[in-house]
Amino acid sequence: MKLTLTVNGTERTCDVHPLARLLDVLRRDLQLPGTKEGCGEGECGACSVFVDGKLVNSCLVPALQVAGRDVQTIEGVAPSTELLDRVQEAFLKHGGAQCGICTPGMILAAKALLAEHPQPTMAEMREGLAGNLCRCTGYTKIFDSVLAAVAKTEAEGQP
Amino acid sequence: MKEPDVLQQESPIGKSPPRKEGVAKVTGKAVYVDDLPVAGAIYGATVRSKVARGHLRGITYHPGVPWEDFHIVTAADIPGENTIALIEKDQQCLVDTTVNHPEEAVVLIAHPDRELVERARRLVELHIEPLPMVFDLDESLEGEVRVWGEDNLLKQFSIDKGDIASALASAPIIVEGEYATGAQEQLYIEPQGMVALASPKHGITVWGSLQCPYYVHKALATLFGLPKERVRIIQCETGGGFGGKEEYPSMIAAHAALLAWKARRPVKLIYDRHEDMLATTKRHPSRTRIRSGHDEHGKLLALDVDFRLDGGAYMTLSPVVLSRGGLHASGPYSCDHIRIRARAAATNHPPHGAFRGFGAPQSVFAIERHLDKVAAQLGIDGAELRRRNFLLQGQTMATGQVVRDNIDLPQLLDRAVAMSGYAHKRAEFSRLNAEAASRGEPIRRGIGLASFMHGAGFTGSGERYLASVVAVDATPTGIVRIRASSTEIGQGKDTVFTQIAQDALGLPSSMIEIIRPDTAEVPDSGPTVASRTVMIVGKLVHNACLELRRKLSEGGLLGESYTAEEFAAACGIFHQLGGPLRVESQYQQPAGIDWDDKKYRGDAYATYAWAVYIAEVTVDLTTYETRVDRFYALQDAGRIIHPVLAAGQIEGGVAQGVGMALYEKVVWKDGRMQNAQMTNYIMPTSLDVPDIFVEFDDRATRLGTNQPHGPRGAKGIGELPLDGSAPAVASAVHHATGAPIYAVPMTPEDLMLAMETVR
Repeated sequence: MKLTLTVNGTERTCDVHPLARLLDVLRRDLQLPGTKEGCGEGECGACSVFVDGKLVNSCLVPALQVAGRDVQTIEGVAPSTELLDRVQEAFLKHGGAQCGICTPGMILAAKALLAEHPQPTMAEMREGLAGNLCRCTGYTKIFDSVLAAVAKTEAEGQP
Repeated sequence: MKEPDVLQQESPIGKSPPRKEGVAKVTGKAVYVDDLPVAGAIYGATVRSKVARGHLRGITYHPGVPWEDFHIVTAADIPGENTIALIEKDQQCLVDTTVNHPEEAVVLIAHPDRELVERARRLVELHIEPLPMVFDLDESLEGEVRVWGEDNLLKQFSIDKGDIASALASAPIIVEGEYATGAQEQLYIEPQGMVALASPKHGITVWGSLQCPYYVHKALATLFGLPKERVRIIQCETGGGFGGKEEYPSMIAAHAALLAWKARRPVKLIYDRHEDMLATTKRHPSRTRIRSGHDEHGKLLALDVDFRLDGGAYMTLSPVVLSRGGLHASGPYSCDHIRIRARAAATNHPPHGAFRGFGAPQSVFAIERHLDKVAAQLGIDGAELRRRNFLLQGQTMATGQVVRDNIDLPQLLDRAVAMSGYAHKRAEFSRLNAEAASRGEPIRRGIGLASFMHGAGFTGSGERYLASVVAVDATPTGIVRIRASSTEIGQGKDTVFTQIAQDALGLPSSMIEIIRPDTAEVPDSGPTVASRTVMIVGKLVHNACLELRRKLSEGGLLGESYTAEEFAAACGIFHQLGGPLRVESQYQQPAGIDWDDKKYRGDAYATYAWAVYIAEVTVDLTTYETRVDRFYALQDAGRIIHPVLAAGQIEGGVAQGVGMALYEKVVWKDGRMQNAQMTNYIMPTSLDVPDIFVEFDDRATRLGTNQPHGPRGAKGIGELPLDGSAPAVASAVHHATGAPIYAVPMTPEDLMLAMETVR
């Protein structure tokens, strides 16, 4: 089928099987390999993307479901090629990324968490990131990174 | 040039700059193997035996796909030796006549349509006539069913110190116990995969997710019968390894290259999670029997350890895993009479392999649980019992190795006890638990500990045989390029090597470039394993950078101190004068290190990291769920080069250790993993990890009283946290419940059964 959707603010069209996974559409058809596949069954969250602002596992979403919708991937997070988003910046500075394979999904999950809880408690943070597995960090530096992004926002007085 | 003894104020050592490849990782631009755009690629798939042992009698390709469009490879297509060369050549690359485990590759297929390949794989039928099989390691050791060599023994050795028989005979108190650990999956979040280009004319080039480029290189040169320069291995960004990408990548690279060789097209062979969990290596399951003799104060008078590993169907790395396990089996304790008998047995499981800690987490679990058993039997607190038995500087370990490090384990223990409030909590939790029990309430709390050490670098004379090399060169504009085969797998190698080079050269990080591991571009610095990257290879980086500096200053181009611009100008002139500005540094065994491979006597490791870990848990006796609330990790790992990365290693290791203790259970049936999915093989999530408090004690290094083997006195760190985490958690659960927890993983079901013995 002919699929038209908005990806990272740009309208894109491609020819895909209606049941193709959104993950494959992004990685193969639209050449956006920043979204990763860790398990293919919705357990690890490495393939997390936003669809109309809601965090989903793109390995579980069929292409036909995203027709005409708005998708954001890790490639669309930084405000420009020179600048990083505050969450990206915090992950970089506070050791939130190690091997990097869970990082795109984890950063999107962190952004989803902060959208819902701009000043998350530890419990909200643990709950909010629980759908994204990381084998390297033991999550501690990821928590540090998210809290640092919050602190930066507070210091600058803007979301 | 004399190396300065103290760090300069502006030295990057001990600071935490952002990781070198960090921007690429947080923006999704880092290129992992499955992200490589490969024009004209075909997709490979592997048909596996499914039967654990038998004779291959035939292969049927059932109709349903256009087989004429497929590229098919079997053992008959292998140009060189049908083996994955590692320590031995006993593991075949593709099944020829005999199958030895259920995940052995028999047929490889490839086609441009990814989905069609998967359908075709299911249409290949293998006719295998079963042979007797063995899956239990002790049954294998009994030797009734012979599945490997003469006696199923992949390796055995014995470490003997003093006179164990008479020491046991005369000890007033004898304590015995049996301890076990299960298989554990590394579960890096990026599944394994390779891309290969291959032809008789151009040789072989492979890109992949891997830890050890030269292991893959050696395996492929042997498999294809090609000279070394015709094989090239390039590491892609690698999404975690933990040992799981030490040896198995050679197998996948071999399969991808065989398909590419036959098809004359680039081949992409990427495992999905299920296949990765089924086929690739896991931590060796272990069983350990310990008999120890004590006086009434708990002092260790004799220690007799029987350490056994299930190696799986082929030798792979089992001999060295067994070595490390055996060498850590007596822990950081002083004892005059020790016997450690270590055996690795072959079974018809897929070969078990490297996983962070490499045998030590298994044997450390046993000795630490045993000491808790001793403590309980003698009515002595576990911390106090350990304190009475700690090794001191100048004493000897099981192999006769003299402890040269200025270690102060009692002080390390004191600090951990103070930091965690261990003594108070131990008493308080016991009181609360008794009250809860009397009221019939289900919540129990516990606190427990483990003390341990981890040897850095290859075991014994391993580093001497490896003779690793690092090359460093500088461009005419003064960019210093570090060439090492050490891989960045998340641990921060690129960043730390940059700091080490900056420290030796006094240059900004922007002038240090880390060359991506590519066997055509970097010398063999050995594998990225064994907590050796900073201590061994980092030291070579340090030495090579000093040598580069010497080369420039000997030519009169550089003074004792210089600016970055002066350095760049000196490099420019050197090149004009004819260059090349390239130096190498090769490992040389430090003086006074002596090891006897045959007798297992002497200096097993150049140095060790030392640690005390304390875990605090809550157990709910309604559901038998255990939650680790807090975790205190205190260690002496020498100089810490990058505090944020180092703490990240400990925290990540603790989480894997918590998984090993509580969640990560491989369920086997007929040699196959039954739960090879993330849905039912459970690793810790952000809800499951404790609050982790990490502290590094590097006072001895700062005082200069330790032997500075690594750069600026750094020691190995990566594997350390796996050794002590699971026993500390088990110790805490034991305290909370009174249940004898002598085997991990300890799922709620296991705990429920264990509790029945105490009720």
